[in-house]
Amino acid sequence: MTNLFIIFLSAVIVNNYVLVNFLGICPFIGVSKKLGPAVSMGMATTFVMTLTAAVAWLINRYILEGLNLQFLQTVSFILVIASLVQLVEMFIKKVSKPLYDALGIFLPLITTNCAILGVALFLVLKEYNFIESIIFGFSAGLGFTLAIVIMAGIREELELADVPEYFKGAPITMIVAGCLALAFMGFSGLI
Amino acid sequence: MANKSYTKEFLKGLWEENPILRMLLGLCPTLAVTNSAINGFSMGLAVIFTLVMSSTIISLARNIIPKEVRIPTFIIVIATFVTITDKTLAAYFPEISKALGPFVPLIVVNCIILGRQEAFASKNPVGRSIIDALGMSIGFTIILTILGSIRELLGVGTIFAVRIMPESYEPWMVMVLQPGAFLTLGLMIGLSNWINARRAK
Repeated sequence: MTNLFIIFLSAVIVNNYVLVNFLGICPFIGVSKKLGPAVSMGMATTFVMTLTAAVAWLINRYILEGLNLQFLQTVSFILVIASLVQLVEMFIKKVSKPLYDALGIFLPLITTNCAILGVALFLVLKEYNFIESIIFGFSAGLGFTLAIVIMAGIREELELADVPEYFKGAPITMIVAGCLALAFMGFSGLI
Repeated sequence: MANKSYTKEFLKGLWEENPILRMLLGLCPTLAVTNSAINGFSMGLAVIFTLVMSSTIISLARNIIPKEVRIPTFIIVIATFVTITDKTLAAYFPEISKALGPFVPLIVVNCIILGRQEAFASKNPVGRSIIDALGMSIGFTIILTILGSIRELLGVGTIFAVRIMPESYEPWMVMVLQPGAFLTLGLMIGLSNWINARRAK
């Protein structure tokens, strides 16, 4: 139990996916303008990450390791993620139309979110078991949501701030992210 | 687009359409591996190889790939070359491979590569696509190397492990850690905006 809790805490805060591991920067910069879409993006990512973690673990253990095909890891993981995202999209569309509309364009975009492939690669690297992998995927998604929601909150305030002309948009976002990363470094002694 | 000269096609990746400074693509590896100049440079080389090879193949096959399945096709071609890069690095340059870690396989989802296939290689002849890929990836490498050099210089006092700063220099540890990456890149993009605005005047 403690083990699972440490994985959870580590993925959400201490090794936050966005601010410490630099995964999923593109949506973090791209979709953090407004709070609402940021929350949806976070939810969609968490959902796909948890699923990916489970499926990637099974594939790695029973197909790749079983047949000694580890060199196909990258190719097979990316295929799994692409088809999984497609499947999730169709499933949500069928089951819950409001949720589908809320997630909108963000679902297909998740395929190229490097955080998802990152989860699959990291859980192999860290040799987690099945349950640990699922917890890891879920909490990495939560960590991503946390970072992107904080960022969106700051950027909404930033709209009103007097930013030097050449630093409007991406540059100031990067600098704010730097300050956030600095704050998150404070957690590094936690584990 | 067809009347653009090859030189122009090459040069646009270096500044006008620089993938990092102007288009903000491929930021994850940019931020993650630039804690030293050599890491940034080797990541750049890996991207040059992958992008040029993928663009060549995609451009050659552009007329036989059905439109509906083009994205999965691109991804598989890219993933193949990334695997080759990954295994080659692990076999011949274990230290670099270790320093870059999972960011080598993560080149697959680097938006620059998929972006160039979709926007350029799938619509243009081979020669042009190779030039475009070279320009884009060299532009990427230059920025990564500069970013890595700045961070290494301020954070450790060296560039490519050659000491530049005097011994008495107190290194800014934070520059080689995560916040340094965000701060330096933010300042670089701001600077490039400023230079562009100056040139436009």
